[in-house]
Amino acid sequence: MDLHRLTIHEAADLLRRRETSSQELTRACLDRIAAVDPAVRAFVTVCADGALQQAGEADRRITNGEATPLTGIPAAIKDNMCTRGVRTTCSSRMLEGFVPPYNATVVQSLSDAGMVMLGKANMDEFAMGSSTEHSAFFPSRNPWDRARVPGGSSGGSCVAVAADEAIYSLGSDTGGSIRQPAGFCSVVGFKPTYGRVSRFGLVAFASSLDQIGPITKDVTDCALVMNAICGYDPGDSTSLNQPTPDYTRSLVPDLKGLRLGVPQEYAVAGMQPGVESAFKAAVRRLAELGAEIEWGAFLPHTRYALAAYYIIAPSEASANLARYDGVKYGFSAPEASSMWDALEKTKQAGFGAEVKRRIMLGTYALSAGYYDAYYLKAQKVRTLIRQEFDRAFARFDALITPTSPTVPFKIGEKMDDPVQMYLSDICTLPVNIAGIPAVSVPAGFVDGLPVGLQAIGKPLGEETLLRIAFAYEQSTDWHKRKTPL
Amino acid sequence: MKLSREEVKHLALLVRLGLSEDEIERLREQLSNILENFEILQQVDTTDVPPTAHCIALENVLRDDQSGPSLAPEEVLSNAPNREEQYFRVRAVLEQ
Repeated sequence: MDLHRLTIHEAADLLRRRETSSQELTRACLDRIAAVDPAVRAFVTVCADGALQQAGEADRRITNGEATPLTGIPAAIKDNMCTRGVRTTCSSRMLEGFVPPYNATVVQSLSDAGMVMLGKANMDEFAMGSSTEHSAFFPSRNPWDRARVPGGSSGGSCVAVAADEAIYSLGSDTGGSIRQPAGFCSVVGFKPTYGRVSRFGLVAFASSLDQIGPITKDVTDCALVMNAICGYDPGDSTSLNQPTPDYTRSLVPDLKGLRLGVPQEYAVAGMQPGVESAFKAAVRRLAELGAEIEWGAFLPHTRYALAAYYIIAPSEASANLARYDGVKYGFSAPEASSMWDALEKTKQAGFGAEVKRRIMLGTYALSAGYYDAYYLKAQKVRTLIRQEFDRAFARFDALITPTSPTVPFKIGEKMDDPVQMYLSDICTLPVNIAGIPAVSVPAGFVDGLPVGLQAIGKPLGEETLLRIAFAYEQSTDWHKRKTPL
Repeated sequence: MKLSREEVKHLALLVRLGLSEDEIERLREQLSNILENFEILQQVDTTDVPPTAHCIALENVLRDDQSGPSLAPEEVLSNAPNREEQYFRVRAVLEQ
């Protein structure tokens, strides 16, 4: 049996019945990484010894009858979440040698549940990008077509799962960075409500937008990981102090009684015809499953979301990234004549082109004379976008859109044109602006390239989204298709 | 919105970001193009619309002032590019 191809729930069943061990499962994943990672480059760091040691501990825990559904299951963690004793680079020269002395809360939660950590996944530098080409180390490649990007910024996390290197992974999503690559790689990616998952130990990009979430092979696995990572954390002052449901109870295979809106505003110019027809077929399927569907214009400010996002996110980033001064941790320019010179040289050599672009953009939007016209204006548009989502959710249980207007694009295709690159998040970033949850599920293929379906929910509407995603998934076999690797 | 080289240099100085001459020119072009795309926001009527800084309505989050475990000094200093004994070593702030 190809153990690395299993889902969490399949592997957990075998472990519970002692038909395999976590050590066997972990070796299968490490062998798979050795075999295919040179072709797709999902990992920045592989922790073979640590993973096998954790697998041994998990096997003892299973023998003692103390297992959770995640005990002994091998996972990859995006390289912007702090892992004690394992370097956390954000795919940046700035943090190439940074070894955190503590775990992010999500990493600690998964470790407590018995995770086997295979390694740290590649990403766009500091999570800024939509293709993983902005990694300072190397681009990751789409396992469905290695000439194409896997999406980003959680590209490595999605590739690791799609290529069966890891059973599941964690990503982070600031404007679509879980959902867009999940759609591009044909895996399930969930961005929870802002505050649902602790951000403690997540290296900050845009603090009012960032949220951690699971990337899995199916929706059942998604619910299992959500159960382990959602919940209040006193270490994150923006964490929501709300009870966490058992998300596996949402896995119901029908949609009777649900009202779903399909916002016309997401049928953007530039949407590929193949994506559009796959999307329409998926919506028909949701209707067959019992949902009441209404097509219409509900979100007129969607067309302003991209501009608002690319003012708000870089503004927050320019403040957050000011901490990289080469003093307490991270890269420090060795040759400098003065403190100011050291600071300038440290940032010049430590940051890549996209990070510099966003720092400069944010600094511009926040600077005297432009603050009202850009940053304040964007925050007001943010209010309007939130309000129209609120109005839509008074009528609908969820909104349905494509995850991205295109299939995965070619490596290099958008690298010289930042605006074109930004447009690939057009369907996902309004969700972060409003702080609401959304999920991407596999919804078919166009010429062998994946298409994702996005369901957007009201605040704390995770259960409804899981139900929609599960019912849709169970009525298709998209999630069972395997990459050519 | 067309940026000048001087404006790009001024922004870089505000954030103490070192840039080569090539980077200044490339950023001048790219930022100008991006900012032009953002002018669409001026079409939106935001009269009497309050700004949103954060999507969840949280009040100040307070906790009791109780001490808890902290990282050991060695752990804190373990990533320091330059250190001296129990301190981070920095370049002179005041020059002679």
